[in-house]
Amino acid sequence: MTTTLKPVDAVLVGFGWTGAIMGQQLCDAGMNVVALERGPWRDTPTDFATGFAQDELRYMWRHHLFQNVTYDTLTIRNNTNQEALPMRHLGAFLLGTGVGSGGVHWNGQIWRFLPSDFMTKSHNQQRYGKKAVSDYDLTVQDWGVTYEQLEPYYDQFDKLCGTSGKAGNLNGKIQPGGNPFEGPRSNEYPTPPMIQTYAPTLFGKAAAELGRHPFPHPTGNLSEPYINPLGAQLGACTYCGFCEKFGCGNYSKASPQTTLLPYLMAKPNFTLKTECEVLRVKLTADRKRATGVTYVNSAGEEFFQPAEMVILSAYVLQNVRLMLLSGIGKPYDPKTGEGVVGKNYAYQTMSSVNVFFDDKILNPFIGAGALATVIDDFNGDNFDHSGLGFIGGAYIAGMVTGGRPIEMIYTPEGTPDWGLEWKHAAAKNYLRSFSISVHGSCMSHRGNYLDLDPTYRDIYGRPMLRMTFDFTENEHKMSDYLTDRAAEVARAMNPREIKLNRRKGSFSIVPYQTTHNTGGAIMGESPKDSVVNQYLQSWDVSNVFSLGSGAFPQNAGYNPTGTVAALTYHAAHEITTRYLKNPAPLVQS
Amino acid sequence: MSSQDKFDVSRTDPESKTQPEDLADHEKHPTQRDPLLRIAAAATPVKVNLDRRRFLVGSAMAGLGGVTAAAIHDGELGGPPQTFRGSVPWREGTADVPPGASGSGYVFFAPAEVIFIESAVGRLIPNDSVGPGGVEARVPFFLDRQLAGRFGRGDHFYLGGPWPKGTPEQGYQSRFNPAELYRAAIAAIDKYVGANFNGIAFGKLAADDQDKVLKGLESGEIKLDGGVDSKSFFAMLLQNTKEGYFSDPIYGGNKDMGAWKMIGFPGAHYDYKEWVSRHGERVPYPPVGLKGRPGWTETSS
Repeated sequence: MTTTLKPVDAVLVGFGWTGAIMGQQLCDAGMNVVALERGPWRDTPTDFATGFAQDELRYMWRHHLFQNVTYDTLTIRNNTNQEALPMRHLGAFLLGTGVGSGGVHWNGQIWRFLPSDFMTKSHNQQRYGKKAVSDYDLTVQDWGVTYEQLEPYYDQFDKLCGTSGKAGNLNGKIQPGGNPFEGPRSNEYPTPPMIQTYAPTLFGKAAAELGRHPFPHPTGNLSEPYINPLGAQLGACTYCGFCEKFGCGNYSKASPQTTLLPYLMAKPNFTLKTECEVLRVKLTADRKRATGVTYVNSAGEEFFQPAEMVILSAYVLQNVRLMLLSGIGKPYDPKTGEGVVGKNYAYQTMSSVNVFFDDKILNPFIGAGALATVIDDFNGDNFDHSGLGFIGGAYIAGMVTGGRPIEMIYTPEGTPDWGLEWKHAAAKNYLRSFSISVHGSCMSHRGNYLDLDPTYRDIYGRPMLRMTFDFTENEHKMSDYLTDRAAEVARAMNPREIKLNRRKGSFSIVPYQTTHNTGGAIMGESPKDSVVNQYLQSWDVSNVFSLGSGAFPQNAGYNPTGTVAALTYHAAHEITTRYLKNPAPLVQS
Repeated sequence: MSSQDKFDVSRTDPESKTQPEDLADHEKHPTQRDPLLRIAAAATPVKVNLDRRRFLVGSAMAGLGGVTAAAIHDGELGGPPQTFRGSVPWREGTADVPPGASGSGYVFFAPAEVIFIESAVGRLIPNDSVGPGGVEARVPFFLDRQLAGRFGRGDHFYLGGPWPKGTPEQGYQSRFNPAELYRAAIAAIDKYVGANFNGIAFGKLAADDQDKVLKGLESGEIKLDGGVDSKSFFAMLLQNTKEGYFSDPIYGGNKDMGAWKMIGFPGAHYDYKEWVSRHGERVPYPPVGLKGRPGWTETSS
């Protein structure tokens, strides 16, 4: 039996970064908002207090803050000739759940995409010719939104988080010490950059000697105390090295908990319901309008929540799945190229270079999620790709997020994984090694997409999401080129030896890479090639908005959260200033 | 309930009186430092929203009391559906403290399995003067408690069917939960060893032969009966062994933090601010765990 509840102005499906940002914006506009979160309530003192937050086994390896795949997972295959099988244990990506979701256990790496990243198709086509964007069956496209349009909203997110960093481009003027390749910023970062430890400092020195342009990683691990415009306070990071994959016990990492919830939770027109899983969005018979959502709580009770607006603010994989389950938009078919929902799923192309010293104690345990010195010389289109045979790039970061020993012991080339030789290598190198991270873009490809699995079902009886994904030749070429650039910096540090961990072979669900899944609910200029318009509004069902990285038509060589937040603020602004007065399509198709 | 009730700043914390006074601040475990001072220092008292400040103070106390109190809250399990409006929900005494391992002796492994596990772990991480071996670090005890608990029962694993084998890229594809896999694999390995080494069990083989068997499992060259994928089992055994070696001692392994001492990891230290700019210097802190340091607690016995 389904109980029908009192109608609300807007229902938020999922309550991480995008749900909290959108919830705050809508509540401030006077709307009556209900958020439905499938996981539990989480707060700093209860769930990751400093007395027990530094626990590698529990949080990282036993997935204490991550989605429990026992109840719901997805199926994976590399191509349509394979049978997709369930991801039976988290590996490549660590999905969030609960209040704050991935915003609790993220690194706090706050990036803006490059202006040219929003015009992947037209920009590269213009500079390198038509074929550059269609080689290897790539299906890249422009976003339908520009960096200039998003800049005020990037700025808004920086102010919310108190982002620590150094501007490299203030209103078009290049600034010493920052990233000279970044798009123009309207303001300096709210707080100064973090102080760099030894390894990132050595990396920066070597990179500068090679003529690169090192700068401190912009970070939501705060360099000093900060009070944001909503009155929430963050403390200074203590470099404890338990940041990403963990919750911050010190109120030093920007998260929904530290930046938004004290303000939003106090609002009388905001209600949060936890342990409530939305099963589907209910549409009118003509599928032009959503009437609300159906959800089940942890006690097994089913409800229908009527709402004037449905905001899909779950993770990209859930948003896409809910659209497919609810009949919102036309599913993508890789054979014909028709349809859009599930199209252009992309990821992140990661590789690394380990650096080993004999004579330098690096103390890797002194770290933070975004503690790094970075070069952006080979990201996006910051360099000439002529003759290279690929588009895209990566930032290269001398990064020390911590020295958690189960995960982060580096051993030289040829060291076995166990036995005395392994133990001796661990003992010898732990304090004297670190890893340079190559954080690469991932272009969209005709064969990479999301749809519903024909076989496997979750505990509610719904088909699981099926992911069909592999890295393409473009990504392999890009990653090899970029890993070589990282190795140049590594060698310039004069270490005893280095080890290249190239991106080889097919995508595997086993080793951790990064939780930067993108696409499937892509944005664009027309309903022919996108799911949502530039305001993240469904072309097909105009009172449904789909937030998050699902909107990325392809993924740039940066962490996605800054852009996810900027797109959310951008959509919220349009909703509160225009849509509420006239609830209709915000862009005419 | 009103936020005033929940964020009462006048509460005193009984634990704060039990701090050891003779330790320098940086030597104290996070729970033994004064969280009020720390939070106050972190939060600049300019334009402080009173409710927010109370929230911070209340927060610190929850963390402090949590470790010694019994866990009554499981942040992962969640629980009944809840509705929140008008305030940040926070309940005293509900810190989600880690479960830890308790007791002595084996509860999961049968005697024959103990022989296998102790032998295998001893080869995966042998003992010598550089640092403890896996057995000396009590990894087998750690494994026992892990397999007897949630991990062993397949928490955070999806085990529903059908169960085709799949490609290496598709990862773990078995119907077995970890406890079932260990049980089936140990029996299958002993069967394989018996058939190929004149009826001797794994634990009785010479070290070289044990290594040969482990390498055969690692590469998948050794095929096992009983539906056990040798590579999957080896990968899980090695991962769990390293977990037991390097995880916090509350889980039963890493005895006396010997593995941390070997590599120079200071453990659950909370604040390295003063060391950030001291490039190349050795941080002199002895390792500390969530319950303190060997010598402070029963973990050294």
